Amino acid sequence: MKFDAVVGLEIHAQLHTRTKAFCGCSTSFGSPANSQVCPVCLGLPGALPVLNSHAVDLAIKAALALECDVQPESIFARKNYFYPDLPKGYQISQYEKPLALGGGLDIDAGGGKRVALTRIHMEEDAGKSLHEGFPDSNQRTYLDFNRSGVPLIEIVSEPDMRSAAEASEFFTRLRDILVWVGVNDGNMEEGSLRCDANVSVRPLGESALGTKVEVKNLNSFRYLRDAIDYEIDRQADLIERGGRVVQETRLWDSTGGRTLSMRSKEEAHDYRYFPEPDLPALMVSEARVEAVRRTMPELPEARRRRFVAAYALPEYDAGVLTQSAALADYFEVVATMARNPKAASNWIMGELLRAMKDRGTAMVEVPLTPALLAGLIVLIDDGTISGSIAKEVFAKMLDSGRPAADIVKAEGLAQNSDEGALVAIVQGVIAANAEAVAQFRAGSAKTFGFLVGQVMKGSGGKANPALANRLLKRELDRG
Amino acid sequence: MSLLDRTARDIRDEVTAGRTSAVEVCTAFLSRIADVDPRLNAFTLVDGDRALDRARTIDRRRAAGERLGPLAGVPIALKDNICLRGMRTTAASRILDTFVPPYSATVAERLEAADAVILGKTNCDEFAMGSSTENSAHGPTRNPWATDRTPGGSSGGSAAAVAARCAPLALGSDTGGSIRQPGSFCGVVGLKPSYGRVSRYGLLAFASSLDQIGPFARTVADAALVLSAMAGLDPADATTAREPVPDFQAALTGDITGVRVGVPRAFVSEGVDEGVRRAFDEALDTLRRSGATLVDIELPHAKYAIPVYYLVCTAEASSNLARYDGVRYGHRASLSRNDDLKTMYNRSRSEGFGVEVKRRIMLGTYVLSAGYYDAFYLKAQQVRTLLRRDYERAFEHADVIAMPTAPTPPFRLGERLQDPLQMYLEDVFTVSANLAGLPGVSVPCGFAGERLPVGLQLMGRMFDEATMLRVADAYERAAGWWKESPPI
Ligand SMILES: [Zn+2]
Repeated sequence: MKFDAVVGLEIHAQLHTRTKAFCGCSTSFGSPANSQVCPVCLGLPGALPVLNSHAVDLAIKAALALECDVQPESIFARKNYFYPDLPKGYQISQYEKPLALGGGLDIDAGGGKRVALTRIHMEEDAGKSLHEGFPDSNQRTYLDFNRSGVPLIEIVSEPDMRSAAEASEFFTRLRDILVWVGVNDGNMEEGSLRCDANVSVRPLGESALGTKVEVKNLNSFRYLRDAIDYEIDRQADLIERGGRVVQETRLWDSTGGRTLSMRSKEEAHDYRYFPEPDLPALMVSEARVEAVRRTMPELPEARRRRFVAAYALPEYDAGVLTQSAALADYFEVVATMARNPKAASNWIMGELLRAMKDRGTAMVEVPLTPALLAGLIVLIDDGTISGSIAKEVFAKMLDSGRPAADIVKAEGLAQNSDEGALVAIVQGVIAANAEAVAQFRAGSAKTFGFLVGQVMKGSGGKANPALANRLLKRELDRG
Repeated sequence: MSLLDRTARDIRDEVTAGRTSAVEVCTAFLSRIADVDPRLNAFTLVDGDRALDRARTIDRRRAAGERLGPLAGVPIALKDNICLRGMRTTAASRILDTFVPPYSATVAERLEAADAVILGKTNCDEFAMGSSTENSAHGPTRNPWATDRTPGGSSGGSAAAVAARCAPLALGSDTGGSIRQPGSFCGVVGLKPSYGRVSRYGLLAFASSLDQIGPFARTVADAALVLSAMAGLDPADATTAREPVPDFQAALTGDITGVRVGVPRAFVSEGVDEGVRRAFDEALDTLRRSGATLVDIELPHAKYAIPVYYLVCTAEASSNLARYDGVRYGHRASLSRNDDLKTMYNRSRSEGFGVEVKRRIMLGTYVLSAGYYDAFYLKAQQVRTLLRRDYERAFEHADVIAMPTAPTPPFRLGERLQDPLQMYLEDVFTVSANLAGLPGVSVPCGFAGERLPVGLQLMGRMFDEATMLRVADAYERAAGWWKESPPI
């Protein structure tokens, strides 16, 4: 039997605020345990939540970036369950009336499609249970409430994906967008971006959805792909052997490379949601949405289209250059200053990205300013240096941050366009390579390349290649 | 007149003028507490050192020529569900028997900023759940008018303390009548402000959409004084209103000519004690003689108020009390090595909570459960909206609404403990103000039987405490019941 997989994702993204969702405590990562807490985020008796308005603006920004409809009224709700790291015994979330509805995201996988979003809602994070790392960890669990009350959005997709590859691309693009607009830092290791997947399978051609399984703990792109692949196989296998998929929550076990049952539908919590009486309804005016919209950077997709149209870049180049806002900004400055967008694109995509990869540096740390790179391109375009010398100059600029013109001057790298001097070199090469010259004259075209190489070598790489070509051809024709 | 019999305004004037020191005042009330509280059990904690310290500071500041606040040197007691930094706060529950909050409620801060002197904490029903102050880990409080009877609840300790002259002022919290009913039972003024008028920050939540903090005092003017000192927007409580706070003192003109007092005749015709009815009818007569016009009003949905109230308040309580889990503070059961997390939760909460609290947590959990939510919680909220509309309509014809505060005079201790339903009916006239968010005040209106206090309840329009207090004050002056004092 052939199977069709159906995948939907639920993504929790931390909103990049300075303070928590409902109190003034810092959200910074890595501080000593329980150093960023107060009566509100510890759930002390009588403490009350007050909504962080910056968190709301960031949530609106995410909703706009994902083309959702921001709702004029949304309502916070309490999700009730007991867990030691949940200090109030309930999580403040949104349930029946979320902040935003609809929206979607285009992906290339699966022949190109749009993955629709169901909703985006705001909520708070819980604290952290520390089961390991203490001398008495075999007897006790310790708790750290620094994360308690950190603002999150949950983005829920429709079950529009049909493979792990589609889900992975969706998640990648979603992450890029959230980072791009400054809503989230994209840091999966620190838990500021987390993903759960709903996976089901059905026989090919069947339109009814199969029983879905929720897979949790997918905190890397690889885990997401592996877990979905595993789950599709497991479910298909089960059905083929006459079994039935049960609705349950499963956990990805990355060491074992498998999913493990966490709790069944029967064991599922009844969260007893009800409207949070401590917070009034969240009213978002049209004016507020527009104010947030004005702070939005151009989105990757729009920028990619503009790069193709305005700079005449190939689709491929535009795609690479719009992977991050920093890279795209860099490109635009170089292209404008050098007045040569394609050359700017080639240098950035080739030498610069390779060098960064080799050195493991991030865009913000690149010592080579866009003006420096533009200066180099100008020297090539006006014939001062050749392409091969330019690569040498580039490497030196990267280390020293000195302008290309200085390096070329100091090291005498300007290319030789002095016809008289070059003719002498050409004649010398013809004299010294009689055999190759004979082969060329017998019709071997590729020997010409060899001879050009000899001329370049004779000039110490500084000969203007076009001029060298022309003179060599002329001298050979003469002889 | 003894210092103990003076009103808060008198004491404030005396202290401000330097005729009496804050320390003198404080000492007088502390010794009165020492004298009578063993018979009443109105206080769960008295911190005389802290109070005298504050009083000394106030005297020193006055001596230095500083201007003092509107409650200068006036002693006040806090219900034990209102946090004061460094002072044990138990909500009369075993589960919080050792809890000392590291922060103060906004109201406590505002009262101290007005130079009030906090004496200590008063007894109440556990987590404010009850109408008799019998559901307390600290034992029941007794009524100063008849010590074999209850002072009402849940803020019974605060009401008894003010009635017995242990404090000129006290704060309570009112979720379904917990200020007004004990006010009625103890013959003092009990004021529940409009929802959102006073910050709830630092009040241990029972039912967040119903809870309001308010004062007990011997006169309406004193209650107004406290309300002025603590009302208004609080950035720490998102449910406080942006509504401007009027000068409540200035509203007490004594003139109620032409004010329309609405009486829901049909609603108050059933299940009311004979003595209460007589006192209520006389109070209406006094209001009419003072110039008010009595008008009949209808509250068709008021008969559903009790069931609606018990659905809403238990639902919210079941969630609000989830934080008392033995994990971070409060009572944790002693466990053996093999006990798991669930055991810790179950045992800590079973040992920590009393019977009534458990009953309400279970009810509320049920009300919110999948499959029951629509039939109970949602339906209750819909009826709540209808009830609110009843009042909006009634207030088109009336400026205030009058009812008895409670259907009965104070009942005997233990009399209703075995019959929770009978106890719940005690709230029949008070819960609808909470469900609709409206302000309400209970003013002494005489006695039933052998000198058992009865209260007249007046309700006002949303955020119109001023008109309500004006009528209450005019009635108080005309009737004069406030001068009566209990035998204790
Ligand atoms: Zn905090």
